[in-house]
Amino acid sequence: MIFLIVSGIFIAMTFASPYFLSEGNLLALLLGLSIEAIIAVAMTNLMVSGGFDMSVGSIVAFTGAVTATLLKSGFPVVPAVVVGLAIGAAIGLFNGFIVSKLGINAFVTTLSSLSLFRGLTLIVSRGQNIANLPDSFKAIGQTKLGIVQTPILIAAILIICGDILLRRSRFFRQSYYIGGNEKAARLSGIPVDRMKLLGYVLTGLFAGIAGIVMTSRLGAASMTAGTGLELRVITAVIIGGASLQGGEGTVLGAFLGSLLMALITNALTLLGVDVYWQTFVIGGTLLVAVLIDRFGKLRKERTVKVTTK
Amino acid sequence: MKSEYALEARGITKTFPGVRALDGVDLRVRGGEVHALVGENGAGKSTLMLTLSGIYKPDEGEILVGGEPVVFTSPEDAAKKGIGIVFQELSLVPSLSIAENVFANRQPVDRIGFVDRPVLRKKTSELLALFELDSLDPDTLVRSLPLAQQQVVEILKAISHNPGVLILDEPTSSLTENEIKDLFRNIRTLTARGIACIYISHHLNEIFDIADTVTILRDGRFVCDARVKDIDEDFLVSNMVGRTIVDMYGMRNPADKLGDVRFEARGLGREGVFSGVGFTVRAGEIVAFAGLVGAGRTEVGRAIFGAEPVESGEMLLDGMKVNPRSPREAIAIGIGYLSEDRKSQGLFLDFSVRANLVANHLDDFCAGSPFIRETLTGDWANKAISDYRIATPDAERPVKNLSGGNQQKVLAAEWIGIGPKLLIVDEPTRGVDVGAKSEIYVLLRKLAAGGAAVMLISSDLSEVLGLADRIVVMKSGAVAGILDSSSATEEGVIALAAGAVQGAYLS
Repeated sequence: MIFLIVSGIFIAMTFASPYFLSEGNLLALLLGLSIEAIIAVAMTNLMVSGGFDMSVGSIVAFTGAVTATLLKSGFPVVPAVVVGLAIGAAIGLFNGFIVSKLGINAFVTTLSSLSLFRGLTLIVSRGQNIANLPDSFKAIGQTKLGIVQTPILIAAILIICGDILLRRSRFFRQSYYIGGNEKAARLSGIPVDRMKLLGYVLTGLFAGIAGIVMTSRLGAASMTAGTGLELRVITAVIIGGASLQGGEGTVLGAFLGSLLMALITNALTLLGVDVYWQTFVIGGTLLVAVLIDRFGKLRKERTVKVTTK
Repeated sequence: MKSEYALEARGITKTFPGVRALDGVDLRVRGGEVHALVGENGAGKSTLMLTLSGIYKPDEGEILVGGEPVVFTSPEDAAKKGIGIVFQELSLVPSLSIAENVFANRQPVDRIGFVDRPVLRKKTSELLALFELDSLDPDTLVRSLPLAQQQVVEILKAISHNPGVLILDEPTSSLTENEIKDLFRNIRTLTARGIACIYISHHLNEIFDIADTVTILRDGRFVCDARVKDIDEDFLVSNMVGRTIVDMYGMRNPADKLGDVRFEARGLGREGVFSGVGFTVRAGEIVAFAGLVGAGRTEVGRAIFGAEPVESGEMLLDGMKVNPRSPREAIAIGIGYLSEDRKSQGLFLDFSVRANLVANHLDDFCAGSPFIRETLTGDWANKAISDYRIATPDAERPVKNLSGGNQQKVLAAEWIGIGPKLLIVDEPTRGVDVGAKSEIYVLLRKLAAGGAAVMLISSDLSEVLGLADRIVVMKSGAVAGILDSSSATEEGVIALAAGAVQGAYLS
């Protein structure tokens, strides 16, 4: 369904603007969405299992700040990156522990984490951007393989692997059952608490990956990095077919959701629409996507209910 | 034109695209009588009820209230014209008070237009007095009331419109025996005041306790109506199902000797919930757990399954000590559990029949790889659908679209399908129509005959007596007695369950 919408816009834009189909434009488009697409892979699994993480933007900023600080104080690249990723996963563990073991609502928990780790970012970076990072680190985000930049490749690999695993592996199939009916999942022998915890750890880890890629691409750790990112990621995942209760959604769908938002923003820019309209349109897109999904379901339900009576 | 009937429906037909839910149905209810409405799932009870309460409009036929033909334009209109309805799922707002719920949207107001609290309290108290509950403060929040009292509030809400007819939809599904007695007393209070009650229920024995007359529907058609004292349960069942169900519970084939003890529990206990629970189940045996609501049967079942902790005692499966600490471990050693509440705990309502059937053993469909092979799940699902005669056009149908009986069959297929050594079934026929009930009994007998041990937790005494080989009666968390079903009687079981007799143990 969403694939059709995306294709539709794609085709429309090809005719609407001569700049659309150019290599530069398309690559810039993909580059721009790569950060949120990386996080969306893990967020899809989390939302499928009924969870939710509002703190990913702060995790991106914090991991970036920590890694940058380590690099500036002389750490070699690889250990610094590993620490950054570990921190992302650790924050995920923190979130997951509170939600699944202590039973506190995911929204409240991750909302608190959002502020907690944004605050820590400001503390670590002392309120300043951390720039002048070593070239070997910047290589992560700034190299090109052929014409394609590395962030796009990293995102592509994660999306493809993530989609296959979530869609077809037995292990992640369990996330769907947990989101569908947590009590029934438990009674069916699914290790619910463990899976939920893992969902948060993965989300934290992927946010960490995104943080490192973003920092290396920019060549600096910005203290405002990732602001508003959580909303874009969640929007993409929902446009892609997930619901807040859980039990449905796909990684590919989330990517398409992300692509849709990027295409719309791109279209507005190329068509010369005032840039301030973009946020408004993104909100509208989400609303329309959810309404279409809802009506589609209602219609399906009515025909089905009747024919089995 | 005054009629002898408070409510009459003539030739009601209601069609939805593709299916005729009601086909020329008649209903005749006199003032002051309790009129039962029975039928299997899909017979049309819900549709008729929704039509009478103004939610659906009939395509054909007419409805007469007090002899006058009426047309309901909306549920509010039906309420104004004298039809009240209490649905199975209560429609109260838990965070508001009794008074605010009873007079929802119709609170008395004073001159300024604010809610007149003293008048509201007084009117609510008057209604509560009807059911001898005037000691209850009308300002009590509904969520602090036990479910049975919440139901009374819901009834009062319907009564406050002064209806001539009150429809009660499955009112006893969540009540204890005592609460059911109170409900029946309240119903008689209403009928004494001339209100007619239409009583919809699956529990056929209740019909004989409370109803004066009964209408039977089958496949959307009116089969017959009768005076309850002129008929018996067999009459009801055979008319509901359209065939005589001979020997509903079946018999264990005497040639199948009971095997060795497969499962043994010794002194199982958990503080405050149950203690000293011990019993055995042999291969091929069906052991029923009877007792009042709250006796601890489900808790024991869940504890054996690892869903709740066991603090003391031990368990042996095929002679080996076991202690499953999670459902995952229990399933791995061969213990299965068919939960009490299929909708909230057993099934994934939005998922397909296929997804539900494989939920508890995904490993079996991977053929050694980390990935699920959907051809394997599809084959398994199709086989289960045909073996268990699950009424669904295909395996992809969401389970929520199936009738209660078929949903229960899906659950049964899911658990029998893992080949358990011990299967615990908790209220397997709750909310299930008569036809599906007998099929489930056949399934359980077949499972036992194949060598499994079956633990049946049930509040349906005829089911317990008809199906089980032995009966463990629980009371207040302890085993009150273990009876042999061939010599047990309903009175005997109830006596143990309610505590009158101590420790009648089978040697």
